[in-house]
Amino acid sequence: MKPVQLLAVFAENKPDQLARVTRQLADAGVNIHWVGIADVQKFGVIRFLVDKTDLAFEWLKQHDVTVSRVEVLAVEVEDRPGGLHQVAAILAGDSISLANVSGFVFNHRAILLLEVPELERARRLLTDRGLHLLSEEEMLSL
Amino acid sequence: MYWQAEIETMPRPELEALQLRRLQEVVRRVATTVPFYRQALAEAGVSPDDIRSLADARRLPFTTNADLRANYPDGLLAIPRQQVTRLHTSSGTTGKPKALFFSRRDVDQAAELIARCLVMTGCTAEDVLQNMMTYGLFTGALVLHYGAEKVGMLVIPAGPGNSERQLMLMQDFRTTVFHTTPSYALYLAEFIRKRGLDPRKDLALRKGLVGAEAHSEETRRKIEEALGIDAYNSYGLSEMNGPGVAFECEHKSGLHLWEDQYLLEIIDPVTGVPLADGERGELVLTSLTREAMPLLRYRTRDLTSVIPAPCPCGRTHRRLARITGRSDDMLVVRGVNLYPQQIERVLMSIPELGSNYLIHLRGLDELTVKVEFAASGFDGRVENLVRLEERVVEKLRAEILVKPKVELSAPGTLPVSEGKAKRVVDERVL
Ligand SMILES: [Zn+2]
Repeated sequence: MKPVQLLAVFAENKPDQLARVTRQLADAGVNIHWVGIADVQKFGVIRFLVDKTDLAFEWLKQHDVTVSRVEVLAVEVEDRPGGLHQVAAILAGDSISLANVSGFVFNHRAILLLEVPELERARRLLTDRGLHLLSEEEMLSL
Repeated sequence: MYWQAEIETMPRPELEALQLRRLQEVVRRVATTVPFYRQALAEAGVSPDDIRSLADARRLPFTTNADLRANYPDGLLAIPRQQVTRLHTSSGTTGKPKALFFSRRDVDQAAELIARCLVMTGCTAEDVLQNMMTYGLFTGALVLHYGAEKVGMLVIPAGPGNSERQLMLMQDFRTTVFHTTPSYALYLAEFIRKRGLDPRKDLALRKGLVGAEAHSEETRRKIEEALGIDAYNSYGLSEMNGPGVAFECEHKSGLHLWEDQYLLEIIDPVTGVPLADGERGELVLTSLTREAMPLLRYRTRDLTSVIPAPCPCGRTHRRLARITGRSDDMLVVRGVNLYPQQIERVLMSIPELGSNYLIHLRGLDELTVKVEFAASGFDGRVENLVRLEERVVEKLRAEILVKPKVELSAPGTLPVSEGKAKRVVDERVL
C-alpha cells in the first residue's frame, strides 16, 4: 500500500497565503479533501490532501508556489479520548518519534495523519497491533 | 593566447621602465593642463621633475571621490573640450554623478584592454557575446562592447533585464559568452531552470564574464555550476575607463591588472601608508595613458591585495586578489567591523539556500539577514526550515562574530535588481 501523499506549501506570514493557494487549486480543478496548518516558530506550512496530487503539484510549482510532497500514514483510531495516545505509545515503544500529527473526525470516524521518519516500520508496527491504515483512495472517498 | 603578446609578457624591468616614463609624462601633463592638479602638486611640494623612480609616486597627492565631485562637470579635463569624444558618468548614492571623459584614443585604448582580457579568458572571433550590462552613461556595457568587436566576436547588445528575451537571444543566436553582474547571472540561471531547460544541453554557453559587483569565490562556483560554464571575474571602475582594468586569465586565480596602463598601489585605507605585496588594503590607481582625464593616485576604496607570484599563463602584469569589499561598504555592527562579502560567502556555501539575499540594519544595531532558501531545499517539513535557519545563524556568527537574525524566505520573494544589486539596507537610528 502506498503512503498517503499530502502537498506541503510554504506559507510566509501573510494572511492571504491560504486563500491564494486554494484559489489556484480551484483554478486547476483540484478538490481539497483536508487542510492542516503546521506552525513552528515563525514558519508555517499548509498541508493539503487533494484528489489530483500530481496535477496540483505541477500546477502550484508553475505558479511559483513553494510546494513539496509529504508522505504520511493515515490511521483510523477509535473516536474516544486516548485514541492518539494509543498510537503514540505503540510508536514510542519502538522508539519512533512523531514529527507531525493532525487529526480529524469525519462521519464518526477519527483519522490521524502521522508524519514519521521511518514510514514503513511504523506502518508494520501499527498494522501488527490491529490498527487500520487507510489508503489514499480510502482517504479520498471518506 | 595573447592579444598583445609583447606587452602582456614584457619582462618586469622593461615594464617598470615603461611605467616610469609614462608616469613622468602624465604628471608633467596634468601639472600644466589641470589647475586642480597644479595646485594639489604645489600643496604637496612636488614638481614633475621630482619623479625619478616609481617609488616617488608616493609623494604625489591622492585624488578622491570627493575631488571628482567637487570638479564636476569638467574641472579635471586635461584636453581641449573639442577633443573629447565620449562622456560617461558614475553615479553615487547622493548628489551629482562623477563625469568621466574619453578622447578618441582613450576609447580605442580601453577597447584594446578589453580585447586583451577577452582573449585572456579564451574568447575568440568564433564566440557570440551577449552583453547584458546596462548600456548608456554607465561604462560597463559600452566599453566591453567595443573591445569584443575588436576581437571579432559577434556582439549582441542585449542590455540588462527582460529574462524572457535574454533566453530567446541565447537560444536563437547560440550565445557562447555573456557579460553581466553576479546577481543577474544567478537570477537568470534560476529563470532558465524554471523553464525546465538544462543550460548544459539546451544552450551553447561556455563562459560568463562577471563584474560590476564584488562577489565571492562561492558565488562564482554557484554561477558555474548552475549554468555549466567557466565564470571569469572582471574588475574595473569608470574613473579608469570602466571594465578591463583587471581580469582573470584562464587560471582563474587572481586578476591581472594592466600595469602598462595603470600604476598600482595598495595602501592602508586609514593612514594612507603604502602596504607590501600580499597585504590587504585599498587599491590606488594612477592612469598612465589616459588623455582626456588622467587621475593621479585615485583612491578606489576597493579592498584587495597584490599576488606577487608569477602566473603560469606567462603574463608579467601582477594579479589582484578577488576584491573583498569597498572600504566604504564596511559596516560597523555592535562595534564589530564586517563586510557584506563575508555574509555573502557564508550564504553561498550553504547548498540549501538560494542566491538572493538582503542585509538589513535597523533599530539600534540590529542585523537581519534575509535569504531565500533554494526551491530544492524545501521538503515540506517545518522542522527542517527551523534547523536550516539555526545553521545559517551559527555559520554567520562564526564568520562575522556578531549574531544576526536570519529570516528565510520562499524562493523568488526577495526583490531582484537587474543592474548593480542593492544588498544592504541601513535604517539604523544611531
Ligand atoms: Zn595568468
